[in-house]
Amino acid sequence: MIAGLLLYVVLVLPPIAAWLEGRMTGHMLVQIPLLAIAGGLIARPVARAGRAELAGFNAGGIPGLLIAVFAVVVWMLPRMLDAALSSPLVEAAKFTTVPLLIGAPLALSWPLLPPVARGFIWANLSSHAAVLGWLYSVAPNRLCTRYLFDQQAVLGAVLLVVALAMLFGLAAYAIAAPKLNFF
Amino acid sequence: MRLRALFAALAAVAFGLAVLGAVTDGFQVVTTEGAWRLAVAERPRPLPDVTLVDQSGRAFRLSALRGTPVLVEFFYTTCPTICGLLASQFQALADHLVERPSGRAISLLSVSFDPARDTAAELAGYAVRVGADGQIWRIARVAEPDELPALLGGFGVVALPDGAAGFAHNAAIYLVEADGRLARIYDPDQGAEALAALGG
Repeated sequence: MIAGLLLYVVLVLPPIAAWLEGRMTGHMLVQIPLLAIAGGLIARPVARAGRAELAGFNAGGIPGLLIAVFAVVVWMLPRMLDAALSSPLVEAAKFTTVPLLIGAPLALSWPLLPPVARGFIWANLSSHAAVLGWLYSVAPNRLCTRYLFDQQAVLGAVLLVVALAMLFGLAAYAIAAPKLNFF
Repeated sequence: MRLRALFAALAAVAFGLAVLGAVTDGFQVVTTEGAWRLAVAERPRPLPDVTLVDQSGRAFRLSALRGTPVLVEFFYTTCPTICGLLASQFQALADHLVERPSGRAISLLSVSFDPARDTAAELAGYAVRVGADGQIWRIARVAEPDELPALLGGFGVVALPDGAAGFAHNAAIYLVEADGRLARIYDPDQGAEALAALGG
């Protein structure tokens, strides 16, 4: 929890926020995921205390997962990245909702999800990263008005690398540790 | 317990779809540019009445163009990329408008967003290169650089220095109706569509 709070405080610091947001890759693939991780670390004691089901409202982890999925989709929209840079209100919404609606529900829901669901999510994440990476690499127009065209191409390339790393990680895990109940 | 989770899941989906619908203007747009074009098409916008200076050195206010529709584009003369496509579209439009003088009067306006380098002399040379006659097609810059942000903001143009002495900018053809309001925004290669929308 302390680590999560510390990470959050560091991310909120204006010079750090401005530095990460200066690049499209830093904004989308570093700042937003780190904010989610901070939220997850802050919420972890609740999950550890066995209260992740939240009195039955998060039984099976599916409601929490759905909240996180919608929040991820919203914050991956090019329009929202632009808006976070131009509107302090949207920026504040990002710093609030990413930890609260992505990181925290994922931390609570992940341990409750059946192994098949976890594998499904991991496989989907990697394939979506690949598709998104390819789209960003070949898009003829700038999708974010606040970022330069070459940064969009860099983001696309990084997403493709992330997708490949996730797939190799999944394959390595499947080969090396089939008995472990990680998923 | 399961019933609670079901309700929670349904609530999450309903809330998620509502938020997603709101931030995509009803699942129609995902980019800032797309949202702006949709908003303009639904509700035409008044434009700031800035003073421009054309290739002949004539100063005029944007409001002075009212009375006839104007197709507007933004560029800078040293642009190595998309501005050339826009210029060729405007050349084709100008040729078309010259050949049919009896049709509805429509004028063309190209505005530089780089007044520091695009001086009056630069614009005069550029006008000759692209064949802008100064009547149907005027090439202009803001008279006062202070007025540039308001002008760009009014049209929804974002021009960011790209670190290599150029700009990253959104390129489009802006349709300003005879009443002086920005009414539609077209892709850089949709000159013919913009003309057709004006009955030209």
